[in-house]
Amino acid sequence: MRDVCIVGVGMSKWGEVWRRSFRQLFVDAASVAIKDSGVDHLDSLYVGCMSGGLFAQQEHVGAICADYLGLAGLPAMRVESACASGGMALRAAYIEVGSGVSDIVMASGLEKMTDVDGDGATAALAGAADQEYEVFHGATFPGLYAMMAHAHMARYGTTSEMLAAVAVKNHKNGAKNPVAQYPFEITVEGVLNSVMVADPLHILDCSPITDGAAAAILTTEEIAKKLGKPYVKIVGSGVATDTIALAQRDDLTTIRAAGMAAERALRMAGKKLSDVQFAEVHDCFTIAELVVLESLGIYEPGKAGPATVAGETSLDGRFPVNPSGGLKCKGHPVGATGVAQAIEVYKQLTGQAENGRQIPGSPKVGMTHNMGGSGASSVVHIMEVA
Amino acid sequence: MAQFSSRIWREFPQRYRLEASKFKKSGKTYYPPRDIDPTNGDTENEIVRLPDTGKVVTYTVIRVAPSQWGDQSPYALAVVEPTDGTRVMVQMTDCDVEEVKIGMEVRLEFRRIQTEAHSGVLSYGHKAVPKWF
Repeated sequence: MRDVCIVGVGMSKWGEVWRRSFRQLFVDAASVAIKDSGVDHLDSLYVGCMSGGLFAQQEHVGAICADYLGLAGLPAMRVESACASGGMALRAAYIEVGSGVSDIVMASGLEKMTDVDGDGATAALAGAADQEYEVFHGATFPGLYAMMAHAHMARYGTTSEMLAAVAVKNHKNGAKNPVAQYPFEITVEGVLNSVMVADPLHILDCSPITDGAAAAILTTEEIAKKLGKPYVKIVGSGVATDTIALAQRDDLTTIRAAGMAAERALRMAGKKLSDVQFAEVHDCFTIAELVVLESLGIYEPGKAGPATVAGETSLDGRFPVNPSGGLKCKGHPVGATGVAQAIEVYKQLTGQAENGRQIPGSPKVGMTHNMGGSGASSVVHIMEVA
Repeated sequence: MAQFSSRIWREFPQRYRLEASKFKKSGKTYYPPRDIDPTNGDTENEIVRLPDTGKVVTYTVIRVAPSQWGDQSPYALAVVEPTDGTRVMVQMTDCDVEEVKIGMEVRLEFRRIQTEAHSGVLSYGHKAVPKWF
């Protein structure tokens, strides 16, 4: 593998973007990324998209994206791994550049979730679970993570206040992020008093439904240097899978695939977990951030909740988590999330995080963790300053 | 949202009779049935039925449900461990949702699960009820 760099990034508007369509959201993000990087062409395009079909009745995502970017003819392909689609698209682009097959590849992600109603969005997202043995019985995604939360509470004494602290911390970070869907701060009381969706998860424990796209330009270090723009290196990529159904996992308080993916990414990077200084992790629900931090090995089982309350994962803490605001505050257009996580790590490593969102002390190594379903797939990337 | 198709009847043995696959080499039982034992790649298995009693491993109460489940909401959903150590995800019924607890002993009973939204076809399977006998 040759070294692979991210040399330019772009995001569309994130939120309930009524005026921009599926294809337009992609064009918004991709155009910014191309301009930001200064590249004069692309060799290929990957688009992470969980369900263009169910959310927008649009399949054949690679082709329509290349077409409306004005690049019909470009090799283009959609990558799907539920909510981990974006991270997987990044990995596909990384492998294509690293292997020497192509020199300049766009990794992007896209989801247009508000052209269907709440039932439609719930049904589309449910495809990431086991349709016949979970969804058939009335399982929803908040419900699946709520079951993990109850198991975690029973085993480790995790509390609703600890869960709320995750949402409060992520909103504090995201309030400074110009692309965040909900750029304002919230309080622990506000979370605890919000509507109960699936016990013990309140609505403010849950990430929202979001329209949005994100794009990054991956290239070789030689080209990145010539472009003269800030760039970072992707030094490791790891993926792992687990049983699709939650009930079939021996331990409901851990997400095994997250740990396996991190181990593989670190091995590839030739790094130890202690070399990593901050992370963007998949906080689709507050309990997910705690379980993922423990599964990645950043905290011992049961310790992530108290650490969050103590401020260790805050922007100025020992190990900042989700400086972007995370899925919770920034929004979660499922196919785009994994790419947006990499964009935040890129910004942090190149000192470009906006509005005082920059992690103090110029960190050198960051990690992204993007997850599908109730944890049946995970993809981890390690990125480093060039 | 299940469509009325062969997708429904294909699941009858597992849903109606809790049929699982028990593998020869490892002695492990899987629900729903699998063709390949993930522990060793073995394909030799026989169909067995899950025990109909067990305990709640974890649960939630779904209060914001898709409209298809509106007539049953709020409902408790649980991971239940039958006495053979397998796991199933089922709804709790015949009890107040506030009474559901981890460790609660339950019996799996044959019940209506849902009404298919477009055709109105009734789908059956198992739900867990608190064990009192």
